[in-house]
Amino acid sequence: MRDNSITGVPVVSDKRLLGIVSMDDIIRALDFGHINETVEHHMTKNLIVLEDDMPVSFAISYFDRYSYHRFPVLNKHKELVGMVTTRDITTRLLLEINHEVEHLERMNRSTKVTDGLERDVHTFAILKHDFENAGFASTEIKKRLKQSGIAPATIRRAAIASYELEMNIVVHSDGGRITAEYGPDEVVILSEDSGPGIEDVDKAMEQGFSTANEWIRSLGFGAGMGLPNVKSVSDEFSIESSANGTTVRSVIGFDTVK
Amino acid sequence: MLKVGQLETELGYTVFTMMEPDATTTDGYTSDLLSDVMGNAAEGSTLITIQAHKNTVAVASLIGMRAIILCNGRTPTEDMVGAAMKEHIAIFGTDESQFTVSYRLAKALGKV
Repeated sequence: MRDNSITGVPVVSDKRLLGIVSMDDIIRALDFGHINETVEHHMTKNLIVLEDDMPVSFAISYFDRYSYHRFPVLNKHKELVGMVTTRDITTRLLLEINHEVEHLERMNRSTKVTDGLERDVHTFAILKHDFENAGFASTEIKKRLKQSGIAPATIRRAAIASYELEMNIVVHSDGGRITAEYGPDEVVILSEDSGPGIEDVDKAMEQGFSTANEWIRSLGFGAGMGLPNVKSVSDEFSIESSANGTTVRSVIGFDTVK
Repeated sequence: MLKVGQLETELGYTVFTMMEPDATTTDGYTSDLLSDVMGNAAEGSTLITIQAHKNTVAVASLIGMRAIILCNGRTPTEDMVGAAMKEHIAIFGTDESQFTVSYRLAKALGKV
């Protein structure tokens, strides 16, 4: 128990579970001078077990109902396949909650009224050098357009524009956000970052010009094609940049054939 | 046209993940620059590259690619395989160079 930092050990005969020796059993055996006797006389035999295909919610309600800190898990042949502890469940739940929160934090939904029409607006927070989650905003935008039954060629244009803008924030900026505004005839993709700004916007629009460093290039980014790609798939394109940040606006019309 | 599964059975490439062997691939695109892939590769292409990381899967998925072949003995990172499984994109590996894979795939697709 000490070596493995655990508080209970299952006792098995050929994979069949006979009982569990817990810290409590040991203290009792010490107390009554039975410490040199075999475990089978002092282990807990009336066990509550879980089956390996039970949902985790069952395990949670078992922890609620009984005072045990661990349950042995058996397969359908009644063989011991593992133990589940309250710690296993708390750890996993925390991970899942964090994952959900991160997902929610990255995307913010709202609506906005333009020309008497209610438009969905989704905002995605993008962090500097967050290659791990890069592509999240564009994947969500693509999903949303697919659900609305937009033509695949149009979705592809929106995916290209949003991905390149998203990558630009990841690679070049101090962080920013992508906003997608869904209208009846177009999607407006807005990229805003908080600096440091593009020194020469005309040069940045040239194919092959890039300020990316070596390690970013080694990942396959920084080929100097991002902004030109965005422009070529957009029906409307504008860019403004200062030391306070860069704003790019790309409009992808649903009826345009490109 | 080729089934993704044929990249293993006919061209002999190693499978890292393949959820849908019956998906079809109609073209190929060879590049290590992801923006180049994004802007120029056709939908349904197989990507021939040495970029063995998760962002490659994001690009492939966004433009509708079904398979990635990693050349020169490169192996995918664990999170790359995870992402590809989620997006149902197959990943293969080979010791061949991009040049050789491009030629063999083009031939199998009847393009040369």
